[in-house]
Amino acid sequence: MQPLNLCDFCLSPLEVSYDYKSMAKAVSREKLSGGPRSMWRYRDMLPVEGKEVDIGTGFTPLVKADNLGRELGLNRLYIKNDCLNPTYSFKDRVVSVAVTKAREFGFDTIACASTGNLAASVAAHAAKANMKAYVFVPSEVEPGKLIGAAIYNPVLVTVKGSYDDVNRLCARLVEQYNWGFININLRPYYAEGSKTLGYEVAEQLGWRAPDCVVAPAASGLLFTRIWKGLDELAMLGLIEAVNTHMYLAQANGCSPIVNAFQAGSLHVHPVEPDTIAKSIAIGNPADGYYALRVARQSGGGACAVTDEEAITGMKLLAQTEGIFAEAAGGVVIAGLKRLVALGVIKRNELTVAFITGAGPKTQEIVSDIVQPFAVQPNLESFEEVLGARV
Amino acid sequence: MVKRQVMFTFPQELIREPIIYTLSHQFKVVTNIRRADVSEDKGWVVLELEGEEKEIEQGIAWVTAKGVRVDPVIGDIVEG
Repeated sequence: MQPLNLCDFCLSPLEVSYDYKSMAKAVSREKLSGGPRSMWRYRDMLPVEGKEVDIGTGFTPLVKADNLGRELGLNRLYIKNDCLNPTYSFKDRVVSVAVTKAREFGFDTIACASTGNLAASVAAHAAKANMKAYVFVPSEVEPGKLIGAAIYNPVLVTVKGSYDDVNRLCARLVEQYNWGFININLRPYYAEGSKTLGYEVAEQLGWRAPDCVVAPAASGLLFTRIWKGLDELAMLGLIEAVNTHMYLAQANGCSPIVNAFQAGSLHVHPVEPDTIAKSIAIGNPADGYYALRVARQSGGGACAVTDEEAITGMKLLAQTEGIFAEAAGGVVIAGLKRLVALGVIKRNELTVAFITGAGPKTQEIVSDIVQPFAVQPNLESFEEVLGARV
Repeated sequence: MVKRQVMFTFPQELIREPIIYTLSHQFKVVTNIRRADVSEDKGWVVLELEGEEKEIEQGIAWVTAKGVRVDPVIGDIVEG
């Protein structure tokens, strides 16, 4: 087996295929529930053979969000809080699978093009696996994300340009160097890691699929894999048939998939990203076509929100549920708010919103929130400044 | 000789222009179309370019200067 990611003939992305009959014999609700409290409880449903490279990823909380639900008008709202992975984003799921596979292929060096979160995850997994890591990020990535990657001591390369420019460079490098590029030649395996989000949510809901899902979309891959995870569970007889409506959310400043959805087209026309939600600022989404198909076939939809709405969404999530998400999470909450206000998502539908990255890495975008009351270290001063408020 | 897999995305005003034909005549580049979706107002073409590195680079620069977006075909994935 070789690390290939494109079909020789049509140059389409290659996908992992499974023997579902054998898989069905190997898994059961009881066996899965008895596994480790990590994404690797689903090992029998992932495309790996060797020992997993695991830094403790997955089985993150699915929180019943009653406070946020009240604000939005939803009785059964849950937040899948994937901020709580080891490097603070869902990327640990995909990287864990890809690095496990990289080791199987015999690579001693792994690499990636990233907007920041992936870089941190790749660097952390390389440290754990005793491999060398090269991570490439746009030069304008938030400082917190650079630190979040650099702490694991990869070769950190900043590229002058957008993420798409970084990607162009990496497309050349993969031809020159015998590296396992997590999101290029290891892409088919990487992609499968996201399925575990769908598996976990269904298991955490008591082995059922949600009525509605709202998730962020950049390349569109995560969105399609949540759906695939739910669909596979149904195929394996572990949950009932899936009738989940899948909704994707993007920022107005980079919403090529939403544009295509609203135009009724399956053609995703690239855009130049211009948004604070940098982790989902992919102008030319490789899986946009597939994400559109999932949104349409599931009876779901797509919506885009402004950066201001995204920031409001971040604050709302933090101030109702105690979860500090990055801007992509704000996009999800703002998108959810709109879908409920429009009556698209109904009050009693069991809805799961996916929060895929933590806020502290990009905290400067909400720095206006800091408005402390300054007092002297004595009671008089406290009462002078705040007495009327207490 | 090298091969490069790329995706051309055409804006509406260039849909009817023979960009790929001109590319292969103006530069020593063999163009081999693998997939495409073209309508009246938009279109993309996935193709393989084969030639000397320098010719391909110059050809891509020319196509980009015409207003066509050129992306590598690598099935990239980053988000969240």
